[in-house]
Amino acid sequence: MRSKIISELAKKIEKETNGIRDIKIMHLCGTHEDTITRYNLRSLMPKNLKLLSGPGCPVCIIPDADLQAVFHLIENANVVLTTFGDMARVPFEGKSLFYFKSKGYEVKIVYSIFDALEIAKRSDKPVVHFGIGFETTMPSTALAILDGIENFYVFSSHRFFVPAINHLLSSNIKIDGFINPGHVSTIVGVKAYEKIEIPQVIAGFEPEDVMLAVYQLVKSIKNGENKVFNEYKRAVTYEGNVKAQIVMNEVFEREDWDWRGLGLVKDSGGKIRKKYEEYDALKVFEDIFSNFEIKKDPKKRACRCGDVLKGLIEPLECPLFNKVCNPKNPVGPCMVSVEGTCNIWARLGGC
Amino acid sequence: MCLAIIGKVESIEYPFATVNFKGTKKKVRIDLIEDLKIGEYVLVHVGFAIQKVDSREVEQYNEIWENVINSLQ
Repeated sequence: MRSKIISELAKKIEKETNGIRDIKIMHLCGTHEDTITRYNLRSLMPKNLKLLSGPGCPVCIIPDADLQAVFHLIENANVVLTTFGDMARVPFEGKSLFYFKSKGYEVKIVYSIFDALEIAKRSDKPVVHFGIGFETTMPSTALAILDGIENFYVFSSHRFFVPAINHLLSSNIKIDGFINPGHVSTIVGVKAYEKIEIPQVIAGFEPEDVMLAVYQLVKSIKNGENKVFNEYKRAVTYEGNVKAQIVMNEVFEREDWDWRGLGLVKDSGGKIRKKYEEYDALKVFEDIFSNFEIKKDPKKRACRCGDVLKGLIEPLECPLFNKVCNPKNPVGPCMVSVEGTCNIWARLGGC
Repeated sequence: MCLAIIGKVESIEYPFATVNFKGTKKKVRIDLIEDLKIGEYVLVHVGFAIQKVDSREVEQYNEIWENVINSLQ
C-alpha cells in the first residue's frame, strides 16, 4: 500500500513539473530530512526539483556562544546540569558536556524536562536545565518553570521557529516553497504561517506525507498561490494548541537572538520573562557570567554546518564530511544530532 | 529533538497519563491537552503530550490514503 501511494505521488510530481523552470523546496525539520533520506525520496524527484534541508534541527542552530556559556557555568558554579542527549555531544574546542561528565562534573542526560524536575526535588544542589528546542519543546519548559521548584533553573537556548522562516525569505537564498515543521505546527497552528507570503505545506513525517506535500507545493508554485496548506490534519489544527501557546507566552518573551548559520534572527529568542527570573540561570548566576567571554573554535574553521542549515550546500560539499567529521567524531553539530542533516546523510546515505 | 510519537492513552492520573506506544508504556504530562479521555491518541514529545491525534486517521490510515490517491485522479 505504502509503495503504491508513494509511486503514484512520484508520477504526479513528475507530471506537474514537466517543462517548468527549476524549483527549490526547503523542508524545515530534521525529522523531515530523516524521512526524505531514509526512504530515498530525493531519488524520486524530477531533475528540475531540488529538495533542500533547512534550519530545522534545534541542536544544530544553537550557536557556540550558548554552549560556551553552559560550559562556563558548570566549571564555575557547583550545579547539576541536565540536558537532552544530542546536546551533550556537541563539541567546542574538543570538549563537550559528556567530556565534563567524564571529568566528574554532574551532567545528567534526561529524556524530558520533567525528569530534570525530579532530579531537582531529590537534590540539595541547584539543578540547571539547558533548555533547547523550538515551539514544540518550549511549552514543556514553561510548565516546568511554572511548577515552581525552588532549586530548579533553566538556561534558555530556546528559539521561536516561525521568525526564522521570515529571515530565510529576506536572505539571498532563492526558495520557492517550504515544507513547514509538523510538530512545531501542532503548537503554533496553521494561523502562524498565514502572513508568510510563499507557498507552504505543513506536513507529517511519513514518506507519503512528504510526497503529498511536495506535490501540493509544486501545484501552488505553478499557480502562484502563496498559501499555507495543512497536510498534517491528523495532528495540526488551525489554532494550534492554544493552552501550550498561553503557557509558552506566559514564561517566554521574544528577543533578537543568534542562530548558527542564519545569524541574528529578529524576535526568535526565547528569553525567560522578568516575572520568572528567579528560575532564569542567566539571572540567578549573573555573577558567574560576569567574566564570561565568547571565543571562536579554531577546530570548526572548515565546518560548513552553517551553510548546510541555510540550504546553501549539501553535506557532500563540505570538505570534512565523512572524513574527519563523522557521527563518531563530529566536528560540528550538524554531524552530532540525529536530526542534523550531516548526521542523517552519514548514517543513511544521503545524496 | 522535535521527534514526537503517537501513543494511546491507557489511564489518566492528572496531570499524568500512561500512554501505550505499541507495547511500550510511558507516563507523560497531559496538562496542555483539553478533555483527554482514555482510548484517545496523543502525540508525545519529550515526555509531554503536545496534541490529540484524530483516532480515525490512526486506525483507518490505509483507507484514508487510498481516498487521497483516488481524489487526485
